[in-house]
Order: sequence, then C-alpha cells, then structure tokens
Amino acid sequence: MTEPLVRPKRKDPLRKTRQPLYPQLIRSRTAHGLTAAAAQGRFELQTCLECKTIFYPPRDACPKCLSARVPFVPVDNNGTLLAETTIRTSTDPYFRERTPWRTGLTKLDCGPVVLSHIHGDVREGERVRLDLKLDKGGAPVMIALPEKDTPNMADDPHLREMTCDPKFRRVLITDGRTEVGQAMAEAFSKAGATIVFVGIADPWKPFPGQDRLRQIERVEIVPLDVTDTESITEQAEQNGGRIDIIVNTAEHVRGGGIMQRRGLTVAREEMDVRYFGLMRLAQAFGPGLRARGADGVNSSAAFVNLLSVHALMNWPAYGAYSAAEAACQSAAQCLRAELRPGGVKVMNVFFGPLETEWFQTVPPPKVTPAALAKAVVQALQRGLEDVFVGDIAEDIRARLAVNPKALERELTE
Amino acid sequence: MNSAPVRTAYDGVVACVPITVPYRRYSTNSAHWWIGRALHDLTRAANIRPKDIDGLVLSSFTTAPDTAVGMTQHLGLSPRWLDYVPMGGASGVVGLRRAARAVQCGDAQFVACVAGDTNHVDSFRKTLASFSRFAQDAVYPYGSGGANASFALITKNYMNLYGATREDFGKLCVAQRDNALSIPFAMMKKKLTLDEYMNARPISDPLHLFDCVMPCAGAEAFLVCRADVAKSINLPAVRVLSTIERHNAFPDDPIQYRGGWAMDIDELWQMAGVKPADVDLVQTYDDYPVIVTMQFEDLGFCAKGEGPDFVRSHTFTTEGSFPHNTSGGQLSAGQAGAAGGYLGFTESIRQLTGAPIGKQVKDAELALVSGFGMINYDRGLSSGAALLARAP
Repeated sequence: MTEPLVRPKRKDPLRKTRQPLYPQLIRSRTAHGLTAAAAQGRFELQTCLECKTIFYPPRDACPKCLSARVPFVPVDNNGTLLAETTIRTSTDPYFRERTPWRTGLTKLDCGPVVLSHIHGDVREGERVRLDLKLDKGGAPVMIALPEKDTPNMADDPHLREMTCDPKFRRVLITDGRTEVGQAMAEAFSKAGATIVFVGIADPWKPFPGQDRLRQIERVEIVPLDVTDTESITEQAEQNGGRIDIIVNTAEHVRGGGIMQRRGLTVAREEMDVRYFGLMRLAQAFGPGLRARGADGVNSSAAFVNLLSVHALMNWPAYGAYSAAEAACQSAAQCLRAELRPGGVKVMNVFFGPLETEWFQTVPPPKVTPAALAKAVVQALQRGLEDVFVGDIAEDIRARLAVNPKALERELTE
Repeated sequence: MNSAPVRTAYDGVVACVPITVPYRRYSTNSAHWWIGRALHDLTRAANIRPKDIDGLVLSSFTTAPDTAVGMTQHLGLSPRWLDYVPMGGASGVVGLRRAARAVQCGDAQFVACVAGDTNHVDSFRKTLASFSRFAQDAVYPYGSGGANASFALITKNYMNLYGATREDFGKLCVAQRDNALSIPFAMMKKKLTLDEYMNARPISDPLHLFDCVMPCAGAEAFLVCRADVAKSINLPAVRVLSTIERHNAFPDDPIQYRGGWAMDIDELWQMAGVKPADVDLVQTYDDYPVIVTMQFEDLGFCAKGEGPDFVRSHTFTTEGSFPHNTSGGQLSAGQAGAAGGYLGFTESIRQLTGAPIGKQVKDAELALVSGFGMINYDRGLSSGAALLARAP
C-alpha cells in the first residue's frame, strides 16, 4: 500500500535546493507517436493495418509481415507483470539519486512485452494496467499500475515524478476576478493544494464572487495585474520561490473579426492581457519554476495555459480573439522548451466557448467554469500536456486531425 | 519447401595464433591503438608481415567514427577481403565462420580476426544510452540500469521457472575465479568465496556485484588460414569442425529463457560428428551466469530446465569435472567490449595446442566455444557456437 504523502515542512532556507535532472529524452521519430499519445493521455501502440499485429517498441515495419502501414492506435492496456527488478546502480544521474528504482516486463493481453516503470502497489506476477506518461523531461514512458485503483496511489513517489498533482503544492491563479479564476481556486483547494494564491488586480475594487472566493479554504488573495510588469515582478519576488503551479486565468474575450475592429485599441488590450501577460508571467516566474523542479514533494510542476481551442484554427466570429490565443499557443510551445530542463510541464488546456458573459450569443454546447477547472485539476493529476475540454474542443480536435482545410472553411459558415 | 541443403564442412581450415593484449580497467588509448597492438602481436607471433594479412575481420563498438574500412588505412593494411562484425558476444563465432569460408574458398589466405575496444572513464554510460534504437526508446529511460537491469529480469524469470538459486550462479562465478587465479591477464585475481559472492553489493535484484562483468579495455585476436599453410610456417593450429549462428531466435518467447542455440544445436553436433560427452572443455559466453546455465541446456549438455542440477553436479574448474571458461571468462578476465566474444577462442586454441597461459585441461582434444550478444531491447539477439579440435 502506498504511504500517504505527508505535508512537507517549511523548507530550511539554508538548505541547498536539489538541481533538477531528467531521464534521457532522446527518442526516435517513430517513438514520438508515444509522445503524442502520452501528451493527451491515450494508451496507444503501433498496430499493423495489414496483419493486425500490435507491437512494441516502436518500429518502422511490422515484425510479422513487414508492412510499413503501422500507425499508433488505442489498444487494451491490461497485462501481467512477468518479472521485476530493483535497480540499485544506475549510470544516469537522474535515476542515480532516485534508486532503488523498480522496472519490469509486462506481457500485454494484446501481445507485446513492455519494459516499464512499476507503481509501488504492484508485485511480480500480478495483473496490471500499463499507462503511458510523460516523464520529468517530457519523454513518453510506460508505468505498470495496479489493476484496480489503490488507496493513495497517486502519492507513489515514482508515479508522482510523472504527474503534476496539486496535492501539497502551492498554486497561483493569476486572475481571480473571472468566473474561471474563482472556479479554479475552488477546484485546487479541493484537490489538496497547500496554498492557493489568487491574483487580483486593484484589490480595493470590489468584484462579483469576492466573498465566496475569500471563504475558500487555503485561498490567499494577492495583488496581481498581468498587464503591469511591476505588479508581476513584485508578486514573483514575494512568493515566486514557493509557487509550484501557475494557472493563467487572465482572459480577454471580445467578439468580432479583423476588418470590423476600428483601429488597434482593443487588439492591443487583447494582446496586452493575453500574449504580453503570458510573457510577463513567464519572465517573472519561469526562472523560479525551472530552478525548483526537483525540490522535494512540493517541487515546481506546471505552468497551465487556458487557451481557446480556436488558437488552433481561427473562428472569424471571434477572429481577433482567436489570433491572440494563437499567439499564446505559440508562446507556450517556446515556454515548454524553456521549462523542460527544470522538469516543469507546460500544459495547454484548449476549451470551447465558455458559459460566461463574453460568449453570451454563442449557442450551446458550452463549458462551465467549474467543468473547466475540474478538467484542469484532473489533467494535472494525470500529468498531461495537451487537454481538450468540452464538446466543441473535442470536435475541433477531431476535425483538425482529418482535414484542417475543411475546418477552416467550415468555421466561416 | 525443401529441407535445407547439407552444409559443406570446414575441411582444411584452421585457427591459430591466439593473441591477448592485457586488459586495463580504463584506457586513455583509442580502440585503434588496441586493435593495432593486437595485430602487431599477431604478425610477430605468426612471423608474417602486415602485408601478408589479406583478409580482416574486425569486431569493435568503439572505433567511431571509423569502420573497418577506415581502419585498414589507419593501420596500413590492404586486405582483399574485409568483414566488419560488431556483434558483441557473438563476434568471435561469427568472425570465425566468415573467415573460415573466405579461406576455404581462396578469397583470402591469412584472415586476421581481431576484436578490441577501449574503455574511457565515461564510455560505458555513453554506450548504454545509444546502444540501439530500442535501447534509446524503450530501455535506457527506464532506470538506466544498462545490461545489468535487462539480465536481472531474465535471471529472475529463469529462477522462477526452473528453481535456480543464487548459490547455483555463485558456484559458477567462484569456479571461474578459481580458473582465473593462474591467468596473469585477468582483471580479477583475488580468490572469490561463495560467501563473498552471496554478500556482495546488490546491483539490480537478483543480480549482485559478482554476477556482473567488469567493462574494461583490451583486445583479442587469432588467425584463420589453411591447415597446410599453418603447417608450412610452423603455427600450432586447431581444426574448425562445425559452427552455428542465429539472430533474433524465438521472438515470441515473452522473456528469454533459451537462446538461438536451441534452434541449431543438432546441426552443430551432426556437422562435427561428435556428441556433447566427447567435449573436453567448454567456453561459454558468460556476461551473466544465467546465460551460462542457459547455454549448458541449449548446447545439449543437459535438458531445458535441468541447468541448475547440472551446475550442482560439476566443479567447472580447469582440473575438475566439466572444465569451463578456463581462463576465468569475462566474469574474472573482464569484458573488453567485443573482445569478450573472442575470449573463448583464444583460450581454446591455447588449450588445444597445449600452450595455455594458466592451467592445462588434461588431454584436451575437443573444445566447444559459444557466443551470445547484442541485447537490443529485452534479450540477447545473437547466438553462435563452434566446435574446435586439436589438429592431428
């Protein structure tokens, strides 16, 4: 049984912070099929389209019939752990400071034998579920989980290396004036975050929901304005060293395309809140996050971007807004590369239209702020990198995968 | 499909001039240096000139960025026949097979088979990380335990299946250490007791320190030519009776419990016209003792699953019953990269020509050398074996 995590004590400021390390990242191009699946939380292996053989490790030809038509597809992840070992001597610095480390061979019911990490509640000979995760460096890895969930299983130290579980972590919600920001505060508090810092610009100005926000356990309201570099810098100096997860809830939603906007005033504001806001946050908090990726149970873990799914394909009805979101999505890719050396994940959460005032004219289905917050927490608990929330977002993802051009045309109708 | 044609025997082909360049734990020299030195020693011992070497088999992991071709220019050789056999522990068997056919068919007269690798302070870690695409994608990121972790799983599974114990494996390691005590080249020259074996530091359960070979730098070489040629220049030589080779055997076994030998072993004995009981000494590939036990079974010395009993019923020392890895094997001599696959050949040639470095196996007439190598993902892929006989 997994020992439940104990809330970490206050850190001795004189103690050296352990430098972040990560396992080897290099993968073959084909193996990045696993990266794509792991990033979105799917369990996929290559399956031969001609003879139906499922195989692993990734190959460029089917080992049964030599066909080159071998895409990654979702497969059954159940199997039996045939043999395990406990590695006590490792040549890799990341594992060296984490030994003993268990690995084993699982025979999947669907065929292949997979070398994987092993959850602490699994024993040799038992039935297991294999899961595909991104490790500390963002590379795809397999882990054998117990066949059925066990108490406190998320607290397993090796599994926790592959997730961004908010439990006992300290979270910054950048904008608590929004409904989404308030829903996030509630969800993270419920998920066991030690402190939920909630940024409020000009705290003296009252805002709807403020009383409820203040009543949420472990919420601490802090002054923060993403359009104000000084405010962000000040907050980072104050709390940056003890923030493990940042969720950027700053939003700027205005309808309309490019031509009907008069001048650039709104567009500038949009970019200031969203794109420059993201940059300010990354510049102020990024270095601290990156340095604290291996800082114990409550190491830094994730930077969460909430993005309209139209960051991936412009929706002319909200055309300028889509463009600003696209800028944020691109910046997030850069940030992902920059935070990876610290073992910090950048999670992009793509949502469809929200059930909020700014999407008032949009017909359903829409995503409620509470549903979005719940999805964010769950995705962090699973350690995902790309998350699609709501029917519209799922729909756009599916259509993008098939024919982006068709989607571009259809979104104009 | 018709049955496979009967294989041509290696009549008239011999192996001779066993060379060992004494191993070192770490070397600042390159693989080129080690290989060059082995060939230098070989030409001196055979009393031939470098330009007489018209065939070359090269086995190495550490010549990068050079291959065997670049090595010819580096060493000033102009062979008319060249093969590159970087097949790890199977290199010796495979190299001998290639060389024997080249000599037999007249493609070359003197084929030098040479294996050498260097070991810089950091080269082991680097080799592990980039050993194969499967290693990179699906093994190294899982604890980076290297071959130790992979063979730990094979060992654990074998213990589960057949009731082998750590004591069984320890007995083999202790016997090999006893054999190594008379070999000045061996890296490990201190006597090993079963207690020391059992209480050694754990590496990757169930493997402990003395189950694992020590990576080092070194080189081994031998010469393959026609029997009459060897005789004309007074080189004591051994005959090649038969050989087998197999890669990626039994891919559907979930965990390796047998090697490719099990597919081809009947052919090895039939081609040579001898049986297991006729063999005087056996040199198995001993990267880990479980593989040795597996070889006793797959080579026909006992049935599958009887390896542990077989271990319990012999001494495995040079002067005892079932002389095995009489120069200490890699477990005591050290593993000089691909040279590990040649160790059994140089030792067997010495034993069969009555010129051992250490103790002599009594009345050594017939030797079996087996090779095993290349753990690509979860198992060793290459296996081979050869039967060698004292020349009349």
